[in-house]
Amino acid sequence: MEIISAGPLSTVQDTGRFGYLEYGIGQSGVMDRDAFQKANALVGNRDNEAVIETTLLGSAFRFDKDTLIACMGADMQGRSETDGRIVERGRAFPVRAGETVRFGMAKCGVRGYIAVAGGIDVPVVMGSRSTDCKCRIGGYEGRKLKDGDVLSVFDADLSEKARKRLLKKSFSPLQYGADIVLRVIPGPQIGYFTERGIQTFLETAYEVTSESDRMGIRLRGPVIEGKGGMDIVSDGITFGSIQVTSSGLPIILAADHQTTGGYAQIAVVAGRDLPYLAQARPGDRIHFQKAAIEDVQRERKNRWYRW
Amino acid sequence: MEETDREEKVHIAPVGDEALLVEFGERIDETINRRVHLLKKRLDKTGIRGIRETLPTYRSLLIFYDPALLSYRRLCRKLAGLLKVEETQTVGGRQTAGKAQTVGSRQVAGKAQTVGGGQATEENQAVGGILAVPCCYGGRYGPDLVDMEKALQITADEIVRLHYGVDYKVYMLGFLPGFPYLGGLDERIRMPRLAVPRTKIPARSVGIGDSQTGVYPVDSPGGWRLIGKTPLDFYCPQKEPPVLCRAGTYIRFVPVDEKAYEAIRKDVESGVYRPEYIS
Repeated sequence: MEIISAGPLSTVQDTGRFGYLEYGIGQSGVMDRDAFQKANALVGNRDNEAVIETTLLGSAFRFDKDTLIACMGADMQGRSETDGRIVERGRAFPVRAGETVRFGMAKCGVRGYIAVAGGIDVPVVMGSRSTDCKCRIGGYEGRKLKDGDVLSVFDADLSEKARKRLLKKSFSPLQYGADIVLRVIPGPQIGYFTERGIQTFLETAYEVTSESDRMGIRLRGPVIEGKGGMDIVSDGITFGSIQVTSSGLPIILAADHQTTGGYAQIAVVAGRDLPYLAQARPGDRIHFQKAAIEDVQRERKNRWYRW
Repeated sequence: MEETDREEKVHIAPVGDEALLVEFGERIDETINRRVHLLKKRLDKTGIRGIRETLPTYRSLLIFYDPALLSYRRLCRKLAGLLKVEETQTVGGRQTAGKAQTVGSRQVAGKAQTVGGGQATEENQAVGGILAVPCCYGGRYGPDLVDMEKALQITADEIVRLHYGVDYKVYMLGFLPGFPYLGGLDERIRMPRLAVPRTKIPARSVGIGDSQTGVYPVDSPGGWRLIGKTPLDFYCPQKEPPVLCRAGTYIRFVPVDEKAYEAIRKDVESGVYRPEYIS
């Protein structure tokens, strides 16, 4: 497939890179695991096939053979340039050799996922196909996609029977609203904050700023009161860690976060809620809701997906 | 100090529902760091199903796990068991740690012998000595040496001598791929970070940031004072492992002039350079 238009930030991603944190190499991977997994399932891919993650604005792709694609996550208003058919989220979409599909500005959400039957064929680097721009590895030559790049796609079973079965499948996309509730589990440095600080954090809404990217989502709102400084001896952090900087404002770390951080973590977002965070737009309001780890883990056991 | 360490309790806390933190202390301390790596080794050996990976830092071990296979509670129980084993071996472990501490804090001359000689630590035995890191100090590679001379009232030569005169322990890698957090910088050459960070520090620059020193593996913005540059690549994605040193390794900077720097760089680029370990 050829990248006709890459948009501001399109990268190849899979679940992520595990086992290299101790070298300072992060996990990366998709921001929205829910959309990723559903997109793959719609085209009959295994769980961890690489997909394209696009960001907010338009992108376009030309396919060089008949295949199935699926879009999940942000509603990027995809449309075939050949015959004008609209790409509906939550269903596989058949494309013909030579057909171009163009995506526009996201109507809701931020990150769109495009899975192609078979999966994107880029080399596995350190156990993953995920692009890590900072470490210059994975994806297409370790960088974001550019106009004119050509990606290989693995062969898939697209027999009449398989297509019929896949075209019947559907998922309803998650609802991305302007008010987002994220369940949080108290973090390892919750003791750095005063009662009042914790109350502020849990009871007021924080606004997503435009200074948000795959490394972290920066929030604006009332200052969270600490007992003293927010600096700690650098510690391990994870996707979903909520660090409070010396300014008293929270940053939620995202997929491309640095491996270690020196600010106190007040809480950590439940893994199940990260897809909502991944789709948060500047101006959206985040409401944090305290949750117990046992409850979050009990619930996850009952889901059909494995993350 | 040993006594306080003995009192230090291990603290386990969830970091969301997919990771858990085992915290051995809140300070940068050789004994604490040693316990972190001991637990990591033990976990690697035990191979608990559901653990995705572990990240050792100065003072803690962050354990990533798959909550579909392993619950927080169950992992806590397993860790309690492993930590109990550690307790019983603490006496031996602490002695080694005590020695290592002496090694770390040894001041001026003769130190190299101390490390290389009799008491090579567990980690050093594993990698076979102290990693030699050639460094071309000052000039265009160390643009901040001039300012440091003024601020610290020490000659540039002396700053350089104090910098390469210590063997540094790599406490952890983080921040950037292959970026080593080194402990043991001489107090006399501590230097606060730049008030306005540089937007681009060239890869392989050697810098000082407050009480820490390190090497930038890739081009990066940063606020550390640059005193030199090494011809060695601390991060090379084509290699396995992709990093030059790991946590636990000791490294020694070896001063080289620009000509030697260029020669080594050429060897590194053509792939014939082999890292040198001082025993």
